[in-house]
Amino acid sequence: MSDKIPWKTVESGPRDYREALHPVVQKNYGAWKSHVIPKPGVLKHTAFSGDVLYTVRAGTPRQDSVDLIRKICDIADKYADGYLRFTMRNNVELMTADESNVEPMIRALEAIGLPVGGIGPCITNMAHTQGWLHCDIPATDASGVVKSVMDNLYEYFTNWRLPAKVRLSTSCCAINCGGQTDIAIIVKHTRPPRVNHEILATTCELPKVVARCPVAAIRPTVVNGRPSLLVDPAKCMYCGACFGACPVMEISHPEHSKIGVWVGGKNSNARSKPAMGCLVAQNLPNNPPRWPEVNAVVRRILEVYAGEGKPWERIGEWIDRVGWKHFFAATGLEFEKDMIDNYRNARTTFNQSAHIRF
Amino acid sequence: MSSSDTGNEPENDAVLEKNAFLYPTPMLAELEKGPWPSFIRGIKELTERTRKPMLRGVLDQLEYSYQTKTGYWEGGLVTVRGYGSGVVTRRSKIADRFPEAHEFHTLRVQPAPGLHYNTRLLRELCDTWEKHGSGIIALHGQTGDIMLQGIKEASVQECFDEINQAGWDLGGAGPAMRTGTSCVGPARCEHACYDTLRVHYDVLRHFTGDIHRPSYNYKFKFKFSGCPNDCTNSIFRSDMAVIGIWRDTIQVDSLALSAWIARNGMEYLVNNVINRCPTRAISLLDSLPVIDNGNCVHCMHCINVMTEALSPGRERGVALLLGGKNTLKVGAMGGTVIVPFMKMETDEDIAAFIDLSQSIIDWWTDNGFEHERVGETIERIGLKHFLDGVGLPVSVDMVTRPRSNPYYKSEY
Repeated sequence: MSDKIPWKTVESGPRDYREALHPVVQKNYGAWKSHVIPKPGVLKHTAFSGDVLYTVRAGTPRQDSVDLIRKICDIADKYADGYLRFTMRNNVELMTADESNVEPMIRALEAIGLPVGGIGPCITNMAHTQGWLHCDIPATDASGVVKSVMDNLYEYFTNWRLPAKVRLSTSCCAINCGGQTDIAIIVKHTRPPRVNHEILATTCELPKVVARCPVAAIRPTVVNGRPSLLVDPAKCMYCGACFGACPVMEISHPEHSKIGVWVGGKNSNARSKPAMGCLVAQNLPNNPPRWPEVNAVVRRILEVYAGEGKPWERIGEWIDRVGWKHFFAATGLEFEKDMIDNYRNARTTFNQSAHIRF
Repeated sequence: MSSSDTGNEPENDAVLEKNAFLYPTPMLAELEKGPWPSFIRGIKELTERTRKPMLRGVLDQLEYSYQTKTGYWEGGLVTVRGYGSGVVTRRSKIADRFPEAHEFHTLRVQPAPGLHYNTRLLRELCDTWEKHGSGIIALHGQTGDIMLQGIKEASVQECFDEINQAGWDLGGAGPAMRTGTSCVGPARCEHACYDTLRVHYDVLRHFTGDIHRPSYNYKFKFKFSGCPNDCTNSIFRSDMAVIGIWRDTIQVDSLALSAWIARNGMEYLVNNVINRCPTRAISLLDSLPVIDNGNCVHCMHCINVMTEALSPGRERGVALLLGGKNTLKVGAMGGTVIVPFMKMETDEDIAAFIDLSQSIIDWWTDNGFEHERVGETIERIGLKHFLDGVGLPVSVDMVTRPRSNPYYKSEY
């Protein structure tokens, strides 16, 4: 490479959105009146100008190839005036003012393997993390878990069979990049990190790693004449925070990293306040390539909710109404001692009342 | 094998038959089955078409991960000229076994606010990416970046120069300002109480230097939701949640309301609108719902159900919630109210918001520990000290109830 700099970087920040807006969107920007959901996967927005805009939403695998993106662009060019957008949860949305484009667009998306749905009382596409394909921390492959679960729950994406929307997520480690959702599949490590004392001091900054531990379980030591770190197994709760500061404190384990299922997370302020998910199943095996045990638990929860939830009631709101005792009984899941919080603010989760169901 | 320096040139071997480039990956093949779109099939087809050894190596390593239930990537320090973040380094820990996969770095690219695209932009990006990288794109990463996944270090600068010339810039990584996220906003939503796209664009342009050169205690994320439905999940997923809200009365279209009731029935109105109001702020008067706006907490439920008949008020702005984050290390936290209402319409409004954000970041930089999110700093020091430090006025909207714990130092 020559010393001459061929291009001087322009620190432009986010891409300018104005050139990426559909013409009907530009015309009616900030002047929409209302919307309806004519069928699963389709939105119809009406503007004060009288203009109408149809949106068709389809699920994508998130880990896309340029070939798939070009095929989506072909459909957008043909039916959506050359514009498209994505949702936070890996769906693609194509917009058209022409109602007669809607059905052909749906068929075209389905023809390239993308299911149309995810709007209304149904499951949405799953928010998820990178997994073994690309992350440096993962104990599982989120993309594979998602593929397995969405195959299993496919009809709940393309049809309206639920009381309200159900958001799903998968996270490959306790950091939980997938977020708070109605049903969250999250890795839980069950053993302390395995420390490589030979190279720790030459790989990691020792005080930084000590400071990273939320329960002060890590302290300096000397092993075979080399400075290193000691993890107190009685204090360690296997969060993996140290691994981020020191990759030779291996937290992921092929057998001892398990999967938990958390329910009732919710971001929206509608009705109840936003809420965090609660642990309802743990120590499920990390079982690629199809994760049948995780799939069975998720499907069971969804089916019970489908039968018992009332319109507009999210999973957490349904459980608030019927109670956790009923939730565990109806789903056949077991309430275990580990499901009692013992970390910060645990007391706020204890039953400080005589409200008890029999 | 004829893999070149970039590991990204197609392997030209006339004797290779169709679908003969890949080695067998039986566990991954299980994920090609079923109705949901398969990322494995997509990557395999891309690999067969482009014959890039890097892709084959990554699939082989991924198959090995499935067999051994172990990840094999490690981080590093690949970057572009002048930037300290935006490229996520990935080197194989078992490159001796899978030499074709020994480098697989990612470029985080900031999309347009609201994740709006036109096909020309997206096709150009695909062409550039296929030329320099693997051809795998994640749309989108969990923070909201376009993730161009799979490039060798030797190609990174050239690839970035080309996408930068096309108008794209890198996103954040490490202890830095991160890429922002905004909902679809006024582009296509009648609920948007402010211009999420414009505010996202202006705010993140202001902080662009802090995206590219990590200089914070830890990450800082903005998310912009146009209404309390919070479609960007801002409360749990961003340090600064900017949520559209109104402070006058819900707008009622009487004709549309009557039509809605005629269509859905009184039973549905009572059971699913009135009874679901969290503060019982709706009552029935002469068979019509009447809203006690003083007791409305702006949850959006009635507007969501009766979107044709009800809409947010006219006096619109934002509420700011600070401190949201996920698990590590003190546990997940939702952002909490620090400003119940501020206008967000004019250039001056946006400038005032940027000034406030800057002073919050400055306070956090001065008072936070290394690797401590702003919510954790507030948790450790106290909301009261945060308000004093930043100079924000106290409001009862910041708490669910006043303290019940009598142990405190009175300012009396």
